[in-house]
Amino acid sequence: MTSKHEYTCINCPLSCALELTEDEGEVLGVTGEGCKVGTKYARQEFTDAQRVVTTTVPVRDGSLPLLPVRSAGTIPKRLVMTAARELATVVVEAPVKNGQVILHDLLGTGVDVIASRDLEKAGS
Amino acid sequence: MKKIRKPDLAVIGAGPAGLAAALAARKAGLKDILLIDRDFELGGILQQCIHDGFGSMVFKEVLTGPQYAQRFIDEIAGTDIEIMLSTMVLDLRADRLITAVNSRDGMVEIQPKSLVLAMGCRERSRHQIMIPGFRPAGVITAGAAQRDINIDGIMPGRKLVILGSGDIGLIMARRFTLEGAQVEGVYELMDHPGGLTRNVVQCLNDFDIPLHLSHTVSFIHGRRRVSGVTVAAVDESLKTIPSTERFVPCDTLCLSVGLIPENELSKHAGVQLDPVTAGPFVDERMETSVEGVFACGNVVNVFDLVDYVTKSAQSAGLGAAEYVMTGRKREGGIRVEPGRNVKYVVPQFISDPSRDVDFYFRVEHPEKAVTARVIAGAEEVTKKKHRMVRPPEMLQSTASGERLTASGEPSKITVEVIGSDEQA
Repeated sequence: MTSKHEYTCINCPLSCALELTEDEGEVLGVTGEGCKVGTKYARQEFTDAQRVVTTTVPVRDGSLPLLPVRSAGTIPKRLVMTAARELATVVVEAPVKNGQVILHDLLGTGVDVIASRDLEKAGS
Repeated sequence: MKKIRKPDLAVIGAGPAGLAAALAARKAGLKDILLIDRDFELGGILQQCIHDGFGSMVFKEVLTGPQYAQRFIDEIAGTDIEIMLSTMVLDLRADRLITAVNSRDGMVEIQPKSLVLAMGCRERSRHQIMIPGFRPAGVITAGAAQRDINIDGIMPGRKLVILGSGDIGLIMARRFTLEGAQVEGVYELMDHPGGLTRNVVQCLNDFDIPLHLSHTVSFIHGRRRVSGVTVAAVDESLKTIPSTERFVPCDTLCLSVGLIPENELSKHAGVQLDPVTAGPFVDERMETSVEGVFACGNVVNVFDLVDYVTKSAQSAGLGAAEYVMTGRKREGGIRVEPGRNVKYVVPQFISDPSRDVDFYFRVEHPEKAVTARVIAGAEEVTKKKHRMVRPPEMLQSTASGERLTASGEPSKITVEVIGSDEQA
């Protein structure tokens, strides 16, 4: 039997209200999307929701004590808390360039964690 | 005092607005540009906004705050724009004389040929919303907590209550949770969230953090440190209902109760402020009531997207460059009126209706199935349908100069939001 699921698209500020219809796990359709990103998002939310993780890691010898980092792509939502804990154990050395890989293959997801900005060495 | 430096343009504030304004002026051909900021680095508040969600309009990709800033910082590094960091502007006069201070030069005076105000905004604090109770440590605004955690590596608390559901409060609910703190709940006085719906979803719902609408904090407990707060539901007139009061133990109360454009300097310079936005009245070039003084970003009104801040800053930078290079004098000004279900519109005036203009506006109350229209004289200039409009989600319409002047120079421009079936 068919059932409906409601989602809010998080990909842009429009926050489109989406409705996905499925039958025994088979997606029949998505409505309410303002663009095709919404359709893809609703399907992903239904099968295995994905999120970007952002946090900070401590920097040794940096002009600031912390470096903001992000997952280069999305990882399963259920792994977000674990990823934050995993990243709490990482320390990097200054200088760092924006986009530099900080951690390879976060929790076996195949997604790298990258620096979100340049960070100079202290005093430079 | 050193001799007065007289650049073509000075920009006060090097956050997203200041960076984009300086770059836009440079690209328009303006030569001698000075960018001033009180922080030790460029980027402003973006540097502490480590979450993603920035740039979907300007760059068509989703960036973190520092990544968004980095793009402009890298671009500035390839120009000869002069940067003056760790410098606090103390005073500004209507003749654009800036008095600033830093520990390298001492007091300095700068009198640019044009000026862009890009000071951003400030957070409302406990004192502006008058929460009864004691005055212990542990009451902090969301943006201050964000700086503590993301820049300085300090945890301001372990067990929190968040009052207000503005975007920063929602983002910080998630941030505190990821850092191992416990967020008991987010309490919002109004019957709708203050921030974007996507942030309610990804910051609260994803982490099972409850959002209590039509609730407030009615008392702060604790002598040295916060020991808890009393929360209560509010009635239709936003008064607390005593029978619903409940004590919540916590060590920190985090406030996300609104932002106010930072216009102390603008006032010194005699710039006229709009009482609704708390920012300067501006025209389509973002020029204020004081000639040669432009304003952009959150100084003008609190935009909810940095993309809009950037766009307003590009208009201001271009306006300043034109002002200096062509010696243009402004004439007249057509008032832009907020029509049905529109709280305010930026810009408030149009000096040259033959130019394309981005109108930014907010609705007064949530409404379903509406059409947002820009009307010049009797002509409909733009029309956009929206399934849902909410006060926290700013609307934008781009009107072409050609359409604005289709039947001559309009005497009045109105922006309105009407029910789709009310339309003529």
